[in-house]
Amino acid sequence: MGGDVLAIDEGLARRLKALACTGPIHDLDARKSRLDFAEASVYAMAEIAFQILDQVAIAMDFDRGAGPEQVIARVRPFVAAQAPDRTTAEHEQVARWVLDNLINVGSVDRGFQVFYGTMADGRYRRLTFSFKLLVELVGADGEVYLRASDEAINVLIGALDTDVESAQIAAEIKLQNLINRGKLADAQAAALQARYTTIQYAEQLRRRLDATRRDVRSVDWEQEMPELIATALAHVEARYRQETAILATIRSVRNEAVEPERKRKAATVVEIVEIVEECMRRHTQLQTRLLDAGGLFRTEQDRQQFSGPPLRATVDLFGQLLAPTLDLPVADAEKPTGEFFRAGTGLRLPVVPRLLDMVELLLRPAPDRTDLGESLPEPELEPLPDPEVFTAEQWRWAEELLDVSEVPRRLSGLLADARAAEAELPRLVMLLALHAVSPEVGTARRQGDDRILIAVDDGTRLDDEGFGGADLLVGVARISGHDAAHADSGLASEGAA
Amino acid sequence: MSENPTITDIADAAQLVAFGMRPRLVPARDRSYADLVRRHATDEMFAAATAAVVSGLGLVILGCSDRTGLVLAATDESLFELKMEDYSRRAVVRDRRERVLHGLIHLAVAAVAFPRPADLADDTYVGRLSVEQVDAVVRESCRMLDERAAAAEENLDPPEEAPELERTWRVYSRRTEVGGTRDSTRAMVTKAMKFLAEQGFLIQVGGDGGSTYRTTPRYQVQVRELAAGAAFDELLQLGVVVVTDGTGSLHTIRGDLLG
Repeated sequence: MGGDVLAIDEGLARRLKALACTGPIHDLDARKSRLDFAEASVYAMAEIAFQILDQVAIAMDFDRGAGPEQVIARVRPFVAAQAPDRTTAEHEQVARWVLDNLINVGSVDRGFQVFYGTMADGRYRRLTFSFKLLVELVGADGEVYLRASDEAINVLIGALDTDVESAQIAAEIKLQNLINRGKLADAQAAALQARYTTIQYAEQLRRRLDATRRDVRSVDWEQEMPELIATALAHVEARYRQETAILATIRSVRNEAVEPERKRKAATVVEIVEIVEECMRRHTQLQTRLLDAGGLFRTEQDRQQFSGPPLRATVDLFGQLLAPTLDLPVADAEKPTGEFFRAGTGLRLPVVPRLLDMVELLLRPAPDRTDLGESLPEPELEPLPDPEVFTAEQWRWAEELLDVSEVPRRLSGLLADARAAEAELPRLVMLLALHAVSPEVGTARRQGDDRILIAVDDGTRLDDEGFGGADLLVGVARISGHDAAHADSGLASEGAA
Repeated sequence: MSENPTITDIADAAQLVAFGMRPRLVPARDRSYADLVRRHATDEMFAAATAAVVSGLGLVILGCSDRTGLVLAATDESLFELKMEDYSRRAVVRDRRERVLHGLIHLAVAAVAFPRPADLADDTYVGRLSVEQVDAVVRESCRMLDERAAAAEENLDPPEEAPELERTWRVYSRRTEVGGTRDSTRAMVTKAMKFLAEQGFLIQVGGDGGSTYRTTPRYQVQVRELAAGAAFDELLQLGVVVVTDGTGSLHTIRGDLLG
């Protein structure tokens, strides 16, 4: 029975991870109030983040992604639209801040980490999930550019726990329905969604082709690549059919348009046509690459043919050392990598200082430090929680003191007792008594408390060395479970009188 | 040839050791070094005297030829032993993942420099490699391991309290490739290759913005005679043994499989 309740399936972990991917985006809006360069509450950071992710994903082509400056420039008008009265510099700074946060500049890994719980071997364990949204890569020309990670594309598409193939089928069925019903705006959205799938295929293909160029043997051309090419080609084929259908529908809508209302709709259709054509262009591009892939493989295989038998037996550095070490847990990998480092880096020659060099060194003027190194990112600090003023021990004492039974006590007496027990205690007792002047009966009742501390001012003045004011009557009132407003106590009636 | 070495012989042997300690010096560039190396190869008594000097300093000879010069390695706890903290103070201050990454990158540099076992065995082989290549090869291996793990439907996320149980490839692939930070993998590979160049193991060659290097015979000897064996022994201890047939762990397939 208990097993049923405890069984956490993988779907939960998947959903937790998917949820985590949206975390950094929520975080942006939560932290914007702490920005020091601008009063940023007018900006909707999550929207800017999605714009950036969109820009990066759309710019992701076969050869490279989008340059950070290019992305900033594209997103800036959107930021400006949110706050037209602010300066351009501020818009740019806001866009840059969001971009930096999506990369998570400042962390060692430039990524995000969340913990999630799962059941493993019959017990609950918390595991670490690391992910990235935007990845910085370097192109052949040495320029840094950005690509959206698979996690980001998944968040972006919104299909949080689905694999590429099934999401694609669902999207296509939806699209077919939309076209049948003539709902073109939705058809356009679905076409855009299919475009992301194409981008994902293109990205997968690009990575494998790059690897093939480096070393044919590192990519599985026997099974994996033919499969990828086949599914991607099928996708392109299906998309091509769908998009031709959309274009045909659009044309018929335009031709049928006689009434002014429909004419107006037809005008927006032009925009949709452009988008669909752009999608088709992308599919065609993918298709060309797919058809070329086999040829590239054969050329590379010919080019990379190796010859010559081994002369003597040695260790296979890649297969016997590097690959197995990579698959080890970090704790185990420490020894082999450490040994290799120790043995493979040569000697350390101890530096023996000469007095002559020393004198010269001391006399030399200090060199100008022109190269100050990279600028430090401004840390965003969370305010610390307030430190505890009173210790747990003091709270216990105070509770004992205030546990007055039926007969209420004077505050002056309580303070005297507290002072006898500990130096700081009177202050806590006084604060608790003050709090009890108007206790939150409703809250106490909701919490299921059956009694509450209550203090009443009957006009007597407090004569105390530390505090002044009214010498309150402090007592305990019982809370009746059925009627919250009525506190059943002699003290309550005394206060009311 | 006398039976016992004279003071002069010992001074010559010590001179040879001193030459060997200058990693970028090669016999071809220095007449007296070349003479001593030749004498080491032909004169048994001189070779024995050199070995005595070397072991007295807490070193061992890995090789001695006119191509490599005298290649020395430090024994455990020797004065000349290179420690990780001499290499990267940050690696020691931070956690063990940082140390593992540095060691792994050195291993990857060697693996890219000598991709097949034959390359390590062939004395005339010169490897060419670039920072980008080393990073790409490791990343590609990480990708393959990732796919294998995905196919096996393994959950490799490490427990919250024990991050050191995470697989090494995941730590590597999570590090950013570039970016204005010393923590990126390319920056770490660059550091390793520059360091190896200082140690006389790599020589920078032009092109590719100066990030291309070629190997020296000294590096081949160092990796073949010592480093590969040391790491291999550690993997044996862990029970991670991969048997290959000497043709390398990479395979070619027939091209006609693709239509």
